[in-house]
Order: sequence, then C-alpha cells, then structure tokens
Amino acid sequence: MCEQSIEADTGFKQKYWLRSYWPFVIPALVVVLGVIIFPWLFTIWMSLNEWKVGSPTVFVGLANYLRLPNDPRFIEATWHTIAYTFLSVLLPLVLGTFAAVVFHQKFPLRGFLRGLFIMPMMATPVAIALVWTMIFNPQLGVLNYLLSLVGLPAQLWVFHPGTVIPSLVMVETWQWTPLVMLIVLGGLAAIPAEPYESARIDGASFWQMFRYITLPLITPFLFIAAMIRMIDAVKSFDIIFAITQGGPGTASETINLYLYSVAFVYYDIGYGSAIALVFFVLIVVLAAILLYLRQRMHWSEAGANA
Amino acid sequence: MSNREISRRKLLKASAAAGVLGLVGLPAFAEPQWRKYAGTKLEVLLIKGPRGDNLQKNIKEFTDLTGILVESEQVPEQQQRQKAVIELSSGKPSFDVVHLSYHVQKRQFERAGWLADLSGFMKDPNLTAPDLVESDFSAAGLSYAKNDKGQLLSLPWSVDYFILYYNKEIFQKKGVAIPKNFDEMIATADKLTDPASGTFGFVGRGLRNANMTLWSNFYLNYGGEFLDAKGNILTDGPEAVEATKMYQRLMKDAPPGVAGFNWMESMAAFTQGRAAMWIDGVGWAPPVEDPAASRVVGKVGYTMVPAGPKGRFSATYGDGIGIAQASKNKEAAFLLCQWAVSKQQGARLLQSGGGVPFRNSVLNDPEVRKGVKLPQEWLQSVIDASKISKLGLPVIIPVAEFRDIVGAGVTATLSGADPAVELKKAHEQFRPILERSEKAS
Repeated sequence: MCEQSIEADTGFKQKYWLRSYWPFVIPALVVVLGVIIFPWLFTIWMSLNEWKVGSPTVFVGLANYLRLPNDPRFIEATWHTIAYTFLSVLLPLVLGTFAAVVFHQKFPLRGFLRGLFIMPMMATPVAIALVWTMIFNPQLGVLNYLLSLVGLPAQLWVFHPGTVIPSLVMVETWQWTPLVMLIVLGGLAAIPAEPYESARIDGASFWQMFRYITLPLITPFLFIAAMIRMIDAVKSFDIIFAITQGGPGTASETINLYLYSVAFVYYDIGYGSAIALVFFVLIVVLAAILLYLRQRMHWSEAGANA
Repeated sequence: MSNREISRRKLLKASAAAGVLGLVGLPAFAEPQWRKYAGTKLEVLLIKGPRGDNLQKNIKEFTDLTGILVESEQVPEQQQRQKAVIELSSGKPSFDVVHLSYHVQKRQFERAGWLADLSGFMKDPNLTAPDLVESDFSAAGLSYAKNDKGQLLSLPWSVDYFILYYNKEIFQKKGVAIPKNFDEMIATADKLTDPASGTFGFVGRGLRNANMTLWSNFYLNYGGEFLDAKGNILTDGPEAVEATKMYQRLMKDAPPGVAGFNWMESMAAFTQGRAAMWIDGVGWAPPVEDPAASRVVGKVGYTMVPAGPKGRFSATYGDGIGIAQASKNKEAAFLLCQWAVSKQQGARLLQSGGGVPFRNSVLNDPEVRKGVKLPQEWLQSVIDASKISKLGLPVIIPVAEFRDIVGAGVTATLSGADPAVELKKAHEQFRPILERSEKAS
C-alpha cells in the first residue's frame, strides 16, 4: 500500500525533490570527494608507479607490491605492529577492567582518586614520550633506581631489542588504561543490582559473581574499548617515534614508522603508497576480526539465553 | 688588459687581507657591483643551527651593502631536508637560496638538477669578489660542491671533521696516555672503564643511522672505500667487518643503553664526566666548554681520531649554500651566497665555534685564529683534521637508506650480533635499493 502511493507520487514531485535537495548535498559531497575519495584513488595510482622525488615517474604496475614480500624490513615491521597492537590492546583491557571494578566500589575520596587516575590520558603523547625517555634511561632513570631498591638488576628497557616493545607498550598502557576504565565503569553502572543479590543469597563468591555476572554483562563495552584501543594502537606513531625512532636498530619499527621513512626520508613515494595500502588492508582485517568475534559473542549469548 | 686586471686583483687581495675583517662595504669589497640588484627580495631556507644563526644575526650588514632584502627561515635539520626536497621537486620552491647537507643530499640534488650552476658567476668580476676563488676552498669542499661535469653547484659553507674529545682529568687520575692508534684506544678505554663509579672509557653514537658517521671513521682507518669504480657499494668487505668489530669492541666500554645514543646523549655522558673519550664532530666544542651545560669545562682535550692499521683519517661531513635553479633572482642570490661564505662571516663562524669554513684563507689567517674563543687545542685539532680529511659517507642518492639499513646492522652488533653476518644481511637489503636508484637516472 505504502509503496504504491509513493510510486504514484513519482514524476514531477520526485524530480522536484531531487532538484531542490541536491544543492544541499553538494558541499558534503565535495568535501568527501576532495579529502577522502580523491586522496584514496591517488594513493592507489601512486602505488602503481615508480615515483621518486627528483626523478621522473614510471608506470610499473604491481611491481611495488611485489617488492613487499621480499622486503625483510617490511615483514619485520608487520610483526612488530601486530605484537605491539596485541599487547597494547590486551594490557589496558585487563588492567582497565580491574581498575573499573575497584573504582566501582564505594570508598572515601573515590571521585578524587578517579580523577587522578585518568590524568595520564589528558597529556600530550610527545610530552609523555620525552618524560618516559628519561624514566627509561639505564643510568639516570627512575625505573632502574626502583629496581635497585628491590634488589633486581638494572634493565636496558627501550635500549635493548628484546625489551623495547614491551617497554613501549608499558607507556601505552599507562596512558590508555584510564580510557578503558571509563568505558567499563559506564558498563558497570548500567548493570542492575538484582542478579548480585540473588547470587549472594545462593552463596556465590566475589570471583564467581565477577566471572558469571559482571563479565558477561560488560562484554559489549569491552568490545567497544578493544576496538578503540586497537585503532589507536595500530596507528600509534608519536610515542614510538619520540622515544626510539624505531630502534634500537629496527627492533621497534612498526609499519607506520617504516612508512614514514620510505615516503618522507627516502622519498620513495610509490613504494610508500603501496605500504600505506597494505597497512590499510591490515587495519580493515583486524577490525573485521573484532567485529566477527563480537558477532559470535552475540550468538553465544542468544544460545545461552535460549 | 688581462695583465692589468690580474695586477689589480693582486692589489685587492693584499688589501683584502687587512681590510676584510673590518667593516663590510669598504673599498676592498668594491669590485663586484654589490648594489646592482638593490631592492631585490630573496627568500632563504636555512638549517637550524649556528650557521643559520650566524647568517641571520648579521644579515643587516648584507642588506646595507647591497640593498637586497633577505627573508630567511631556520628549520630543524630533518624537516628542512624534507621541505627543501618537496619544494624543489614541485618546480616552484618558495626560496631562492637553500642550505644543503652535502653528505646526505649532494647526489640527489645533482641528479635532479635542482641547483643553479655557479661556475659562470664565479668568473664574472662584476659578481664575484677577487678573493673568492675555487682554489681557496679545501679539496673536500670542492669535491662536495662540484658535480662530475665540473660545474660548481653551490658554495661550500661549513665543514665538520670528526675528532677525539677526551677528559684530561680522568686520564690523569689513571695515569694513561692519549691513544695514538686503535689498539691503544681499546686498551685505554678498558683501563678507564669503571661501571661501579659510573665512569666509562668511551662514548659515541650507537643509534641506527646516526652511528654510521662514527662507524665510517673506523672504516676509513681500516682502509675502507665506499664505492668501487663501477659504483658498487663495498661496505660489507673485510675492512668493514674489521671496522664493525672495532666499533663493537670499543662500545663495550660505553655506558649502558649506548645503542640508543645519538650525539646528544653521547655529549651528555661526556659533559657529565661519565665518559673519558668521545669521537664526534668538531662542532660540539661550544657546549662542551659552556659552564652552564658542562661539568668538564677546561678539562677537555682535543685531538685527531686514533690511527687504524691502514691510516689515520678524519671522517668529514659538510654543508653548503646553493641557489635554486627555479629562482628568478640568481645574481642577487649569488651575492648572498658569496657573502655567507665570505672571509668575515667565516671568521665569525670559526671564532664562535659554530662551524669551520671550507676556505683556507680563513683557517690559515693568524688574525682569525687569535680571535677564536675556544681552546687553541681545539683549533689545532681542526687544522690537523683538515689535513687528513676524507668524506665520511658514500656519495649516492639513497644515503638515508644506507645509513638506516647498514646502521641497523651495526647497532645490532652492540647487543651481540655477529658483524660479518649483520653486514651481509644489511647489504643484501641495500644493494637492490642502490641499483634501483642508479638505474632510475
């Protein structure tokens, strides 16, 4: 019925509608075309050329992409990116959830302490990075001093290839745990009190209540937090660049840093564009994995409910 | 006619020696038509640092002399290189005059044809002061400034020689002598290292990329050459392996975390009195001798880098000043470049320790030398180094890739990797890049 009446109205009215509304769409369309679609297409075009600043460009088809699997630095950078992202999603998620559960309890000065806890989030990454560089200093830094107090040997932190990524993740975790906490706190506040009351009557322990009531109910929030963290961690540049510049050697060089070097230090724009596109695909894949997991979780929830 | 001109030049040269240190604009400088381009406006892109400061501070003198207005901008080194390359490749740079780092950009700029040929200007007495002749520049400077066709594409401005800084106090306390060769240097560094008291025998750049400037001084002293006659890279040969072993061994006596040290961290270790020896460019003497920034003022000795088995060299880097091919004010810009490398500006640069002019007439002038505020020992090390100077990086386009890739391998040896294996791996990666860049021309 409804559809029929709309169809009846086509003709003059719809044409008029289109004509009068198009001008309002154009500004947005121009912006989207200009700053998203065009650069995107142009990047694809650049990635198909041997494009070096200072020499003429030559169309080379997929040659830039074929270089990627044979480029050990790129392969290494990919693994670094995945390791770095995985750790800096997992750790803030665990610690943030823990912090949220703690700050959800009622105790004196809770509001003040909550405020204190989210302070790292407000600082500029580069400033943080410079401060942490000093903290990590093996000779003068406070971390090794703290270790010496408990009798542990001094570490090299960001100055050793084996410990550089965990050390950098530590900075990420320190800065972004509060964000996860805020999201999860919101989730906790939305959980009704009744399930806990009945669980307590049944004699459930604190851990059981957390595992079987709290955790399932805040899972959607955890997924949102994980998604935000993942996007942030994959594109992380400032902290790594300011602390290690990808070093020592190339031990903390992520795709982002390598991409920067290729495009803006080696001026190999074509190859840089190819890396950017592959990087983009990687982000899409990671996001898709998270979405898929989320979907599956919904099903299992539905299954459990039924 | 030509006879008369030569004699006039000689006369002017003689008077220039006396008059040049005085005020600019005296008759000694009168021969070029300084004021012909009065009213022209020039844009200058400078690398942030003492050379840029020295130009900006005194630019009013140039404007008074020529009537040319100069707008200049100092940008930190890394960003300046990017900005220059991007703007030059666009074909319409926003600047007329550009400050360039020879050891990184020489080949790239030549290949792309971004710089104007100054050879013609140099021969024109209306444009060039008689005391500015090619032969006055040191050999390293000329080899940097000229392309393979012999065209002069820029004027060599300031050179950076690698020297050995040492802490006299630590040396005296342990009663050891200044090392003359690599074996002695390792023995000395071992003797002076005492981790318990936080003193280390040596410090130097360990950070990937930056470390190649230090490494190459070892490489040169082991008899290494960067390229063969066909342009193939040679830095994974036996000399390179030896040099890397030396580097690795010496760095065992460096403070922990040295793999992440650039010149800044190295200098901090040295100025805090925690390192007995440091090899780096001559340009760091002013902060080392600055009581506000250093605890070792007056205790620092300066000398040549110790000799290797195949020679004693000083790895040399440098910067120059050139004119964009796209500039419409090339003559006026040339007057500015000429002024920037003039004897007077060069003397100021040397005397403040902000750089070392490529011009022998500045370096060898006793009057100029007397005005140097830094220790005379430093000046002596500069003069000694100038005699054993050798280019410290291969003259190729992908210098940045070379420094990154081989530098990463060299850094890896600091945490125990094998020098030969790392160099081989790095060159397997670097060779195709070099071939691609050579093929592109």
